[in-house]
Amino acid sequence: MTVDLSPRGSPSAGRRDVGTDNGVLLRRVGWSACALLVLGFLGVFFAWPVLAILHRGLSTPDPGLLAEPQTWRLVAFTVGQAAASTALALVAGLPLAFLFARVRIPGKVLLRALVTVPFVLPTLVVGMAFRALLGTDEPNAFAIVLANAFFNVAVVARTVGGLWARLDRRAEDAARSLGAGPLRTFRTVTLPALRPAVFSAVAVVFLFCSTSFGVVLVLGGGRYRTLETEIYLRTVRLLDLSGAATLSLVQLAAVLAALTVAAFARRRGGAAGVSGSEVPTRRPRGAEWAPVAAAGAVLLALVVPIAALVVRSLRSRDGWSLDGYRALSGTGQGALEVSGWQAAWNSAHTAFDATWMALLLGLLACAVLVTSRRRWAAELMDAALMLPLGVSAVTVGFGYLITLHLLPGDLRTSPLLVPLAQALVITPLVIRVVLPVLRSVDDRLRAAAATLGAGPLRTRREVDLPLAARAVVTAAGFGFVVALGEFGATGFLARPESPTLPVAVSELIARPGELTTQMAYAVCALLMVVTVVAVLVIETLRTDSPGEF
Amino acid sequence: MKRHTARWTRAAVALAGVLSVAGCSLIGTDGGSADSGTVTLVTHDSFAISDEARESFERESGYELRVRKTGDAGALTNELVLTKDAPIGDVAFGVDSTFYSRALDADVFVPYRPRGSASIPVKYAVADTRLTPIDAGDVCVNIDKRWFAEHDVEPPRNLRDLTEPRYRGLFAVPSPETSSPGLAFLLNTVATFGPDQGWKNYWSRLVDNDVRVSSSWQEAYNQDFSGSSGSGQRPIVLSYASSPAAEVDDQGRARTEALLDTCYRQVEYAGVLRGAEHPKAARELMDFLLSWTFQSQVPEQMYVYPTVLGVELPENWERVAPRPEDSTELDPRRVEDNRAEWISQWRELTRR
Repeated sequence: MTVDLSPRGSPSAGRRDVGTDNGVLLRRVGWSACALLVLGFLGVFFAWPVLAILHRGLSTPDPGLLAEPQTWRLVAFTVGQAAASTALALVAGLPLAFLFARVRIPGKVLLRALVTVPFVLPTLVVGMAFRALLGTDEPNAFAIVLANAFFNVAVVARTVGGLWARLDRRAEDAARSLGAGPLRTFRTVTLPALRPAVFSAVAVVFLFCSTSFGVVLVLGGGRYRTLETEIYLRTVRLLDLSGAATLSLVQLAAVLAALTVAAFARRRGGAAGVSGSEVPTRRPRGAEWAPVAAAGAVLLALVVPIAALVVRSLRSRDGWSLDGYRALSGTGQGALEVSGWQAAWNSAHTAFDATWMALLLGLLACAVLVTSRRRWAAELMDAALMLPLGVSAVTVGFGYLITLHLLPGDLRTSPLLVPLAQALVITPLVIRVVLPVLRSVDDRLRAAAATLGAGPLRTRREVDLPLAARAVVTAAGFGFVVALGEFGATGFLARPESPTLPVAVSELIARPGELTTQMAYAVCALLMVVTVVAVLVIETLRTDSPGEF
Repeated sequence: MKRHTARWTRAAVALAGVLSVAGCSLIGTDGGSADSGTVTLVTHDSFAISDEARESFERESGYELRVRKTGDAGALTNELVLTKDAPIGDVAFGVDSTFYSRALDADVFVPYRPRGSASIPVKYAVADTRLTPIDAGDVCVNIDKRWFAEHDVEPPRNLRDLTEPRYRGLFAVPSPETSSPGLAFLLNTVATFGPDQGWKNYWSRLVDNDVRVSSSWQEAYNQDFSGSSGSGQRPIVLSYASSPAAEVDDQGRARTEALLDTCYRQVEYAGVLRGAEHPKAARELMDFLLSWTFQSQVPEQMYVYPTVLGVELPENWERVAPRPEDSTELDPRRVEDNRAEWISQWRELTRR
């Protein structure tokens, strides 16, 4: 009895498997336990709450809603704006990915951190900043697309950049020496090799944009609506659970369709020549200046809204002032239960918990996904784990309210629920960052290890783990940042009195008075600093990781 | 076989290590379990209490006060309705006049008349003992006084004035769909101009007069309004009667003013949740919410007016943010029956 390690089912005849039947059995039990743990978490903290709230809503069904043309306009706009935002994020993110992966420039680590900053910023303040910067009072679909892309460029830059950095340059050099122009080389050699990472990024960004909420509310001005904002209105404002459930089902269908397309697209991804170490960077030459210039332009575009928020934190009626920052040591005249500094600590603390949970789940899932011999089962599990990104945060949050009290120790008002809900969103991101790297590991390396007498576990440890280590650290960093930004259901939970930075921003900005507003923006700036520091720390880990060997 | 086992053991040990570190970090968060010495208050995001008031309650009652915040008044009410069979706390504070009937219809509260309810004046009092009025936050049109002085324009006085051409493009208001004060303003127009065609005509004229509708009070007040720190373009905004108290300059003068003939009375209620785990503590907390200690700090903590007779406002409030006397109101029953339809009609009216 042998276990085929290859996800693509390449010939394993030449492989020698060491291990008795007992060992095989033990492994199988082990993998099944991993799969069960991951799916169990997904079941308890996602499937159950969502199904419960849908069930309650559909007990008085509202089929008429599906017949209304307005519903389908909603679907069209949701998908359309998400597709446009994803395309823009991709176009803007690829030059950055190239810059980070291939080009030697000073201060790159800082730039990498900077690109991540938009991701954590509260959508309300970013939406307001975009309104101010674009000088638009009218509802504006273009502004929605722009803001969505602003938030998500980092996903593309980081996911694609990670793979690009390890892509063997020699294939490109060969193409160039055979007479292919730079564009053609990119199109025919580089892009196909990057495909798994590109599709991973596209899938994540698309899901994020299709459930984008705050941006659509602020910039859509009531004229532009998405399924997400409509589900929010019906659930939270109108308590029309029936209508909300119907729309949630439509959203679920759309997300499943998108995931299916993504899965097929990923499957066509070619195995690239991915090397264990990063290809050395170098100064740009010739045509490489074009993407470098483009990356510069994107960086500038990212900096402008960020700078606008920082400026806002420093401006008072009477000119420049540090009052907002001084106020961080207080509670904003009672608006917060704790000081701004304490909120920063709460953020870091919660994000840390969410990250380790997500890493644990994500890596277990990756191990199962890479190992599974049943391709369809792996795809199904992969898609199931992606669902939390595409299902309305309100649906999940309100689902928690009517289910989690049935578990021991009512989690609904527990501080633990926040990191748990965050882990749900981060786990699929971990998978999307790590899995492409694992899948593009040259099977011949594994075969060689096997030939040399390594068992499947040892192969995993000696071959896959070092190769994936950098990706794992990247994923950890990314997850931490997502948790800092508080995505998903946490906005709809009954929160304990330990506000994190994004919560502090929303509580401060909901009050009149110059000082509290200035403090809200200072808290935004603090959130940026925490993010940059976190990314820098993780970058340091990355360089020390065994992936370098 | 042995080798495999050893490897699994190693992996298990490593995992256990990670989990224990992580476990420590989780334990660091304040305890999630509800013991008998606590009382949980479920409320909206704008709730705030001074340290002194909280300590006073905890010292005198012996209960630890836990606060759980969620969304705004609407979100809070709907969450209470949804969790009726297994409430997420003992007392809920923050159901407002707009959602009053929904909470009562769903029967999420049990009757209780807290000590001190006799001192609630008639204009706030309600017959039903399941909810007790705790504070009032009147929603009023605010103006930027300096803008009107500089531009030598007479400020508007009432809602009707806002449709006049000279105030064209000057008014910012949050949407009734997504904002609690926005909804109060819509109800104000219904109360002022009539439930049939009156309020719709008014809104049509507002739209023609280039009213700016944004998704939240935060946007309208902090970004569109010229009188706040956001320095926006519009000198008229929908906010609260109390907002000018937050816009006072060094000389103690308010830069903004609430127009007292444009107000809609929004009362916030509290009640003991049906099925509360700590009903006795819940009743003590209700008593506390009407006590002088709590009532006297609500203006500065939450920018609202106390409901108990004789509780004084902070010193400068009488001058810069006096309590409106003639606010409009709608019967909560009518609000509950028509809210969804009014909002949907409003949506049609303002779609451009």
